[in-house]
Amino acid sequence: MTEVLTATQPIRLKGRSFLALVLSPELPFDDWLQRLDDLAARSAGFFLQRPIVLDIEGLDVDRGQLRDLVKELARREVRIMGIEGAKPSQLAADLPPAMTGGRPASDFETGGAEMPGPVREKPAARPQRAEYKPGRTVPSIIVTEPVRSGQSLMFEGDITVVGSVASGAEVVAGGSIHIYGTLRGRAAAGSMGDDSARIFCRKLEAELVAIGGYYKTSEDIEPELRGKAVQFWLNGESLLAETLG
Amino acid sequence: MGKAIVVTSGKGGVGKTTSTAAIGAALAQRGEKVVVVDFDVGLRNLDLVMGAERRVVYDLINVIQGEAKLAQALIRDKRVETLYLLPASQTRDKDKLTQEGVEEVITALKKNFDWVICDSPAGIERGPTMAMRHADVAIVVTNPEVSSVRDSDRIIGLLDAKTVKAEQGERVEKHLLLTRYDPARAEAGDMLQVDDVLEILSIPLLGIIPESTDVLRASNLGTPVTLADKHSETAQAYFAAAKRLTGENVPIAIPTDKRGFFGKFFGRKAA
Repeated sequence: MTEVLTATQPIRLKGRSFLALVLSPELPFDDWLQRLDDLAARSAGFFLQRPIVLDIEGLDVDRGQLRDLVKELARREVRIMGIEGAKPSQLAADLPPAMTGGRPASDFETGGAEMPGPVREKPAARPQRAEYKPGRTVPSIIVTEPVRSGQSLMFEGDITVVGSVASGAEVVAGGSIHIYGTLRGRAAAGSMGDDSARIFCRKLEAELVAIGGYYKTSEDIEPELRGKAVQFWLNGESLLAETLG
Repeated sequence: MGKAIVVTSGKGGVGKTTSTAAIGAALAQRGEKVVVVDFDVGLRNLDLVMGAERRVVYDLINVIQGEAKLAQALIRDKRVETLYLLPASQTRDKDKLTQEGVEEVITALKKNFDWVICDSPAGIERGPTMAMRHADVAIVVTNPEVSSVRDSDRIIGLLDAKTVKAEQGERVEKHLLLTRYDPARAEAGDMLQVDDVLEILSIPLLGIIPESTDVLRASNLGTPVTLADKHSETAQAYFAAAKRLTGENVPIAIPTDKRGFFGKFFGRKAA
């Protein structure tokens, strides 16, 4: 029997870009994994459901070591969607595909246990990569509904929420975040490296706020700002806040 | 064509089953044809609250699996003749709740009843998702405390994403039923205020049910609160909520502490 391929229905292919977190493992892997476990223990579910890319540029490891690392990560429910900066000799069919051409973003590091406040290591020590260029037009979206607990709103540009962000919800924007309601959950602005991004909310009850990778948990936020209209911005390496109006 | 209502909350023990039975009985007493459906496969309770536990022969799973006809599984209430119960299975696996099976049952019930009230299990797994899937209206049962409010918020998010209506680009009509409201504790600041809950959840309020021993007593007797003592404060609150559900405009009163000035004074001192 011969099958004739005459289906007129075309196959639909679409391009889509996602915001992925990039993990840069360091040698020895055992120590690094331990630090990762430490981070996971402090913020449960941090990597769950998130696209993760492994950046192994400059790492002197062979295919076997890499396979073990991917396995170890899978055991921690960190699913790797691709490997960046790998030599062909390090890859194989059973490993995640090689990825190139990713647009660089700021480090989204949450640091080791000894770091209490907003800290960022290694401020982008990779000169071969283009820096974020402010001044380009950023897209924005307006959400007219409350962001409910368990929901995660991610967008590469600015996000405006006309409503509240519930406890247990998160808003992650490449640009700034405006919340015309109460911010009870998490907000991360400038997640693609825009250090000029800001977070505005009409009433602050946040669990966590972050700009360009620097973050503050509710414990680090000055108590007198609670319940007020507040804006956050980044000044160098410190995340500053003040009341509005 | 009737309306399918899901009574849901996320959190357990907030009063979903009590509210399902009470609102079902209240609507039926207005002459409307009502069926209350228990979706809590494996941990059924609605039959007990309805006082029909000894009359269960076939259940929802039997119907879905084609082992019994829908008419065989429905139990008619002995007190109100327009009130029916479709019990859940206590022994079967909840995975037997198939999407197609549930859809078939709900569609058939909507053809024959004015109101199909589905009592959802707690959580956000298969049982609750199946219970809410075909709903036209959702009653979100919430206690005035933070964990219940956050769970309800999560459920509202799911109602806007994982129901047939949502997938068709429509909205499930959502109502908040604030249960176990204790006026004395609210006044003392031990509980969230009504306004706080409404601000967080931002859906319309269907009613406020005061915390009362009437509820426990009625459950133990196997009688919905709205059939046990029609004049009790709790029953009245449920009757009012049922009226609002049918579109009647009934003003909502926030229950207040009934003790007099001295009662309050001493009550607080003692606490």
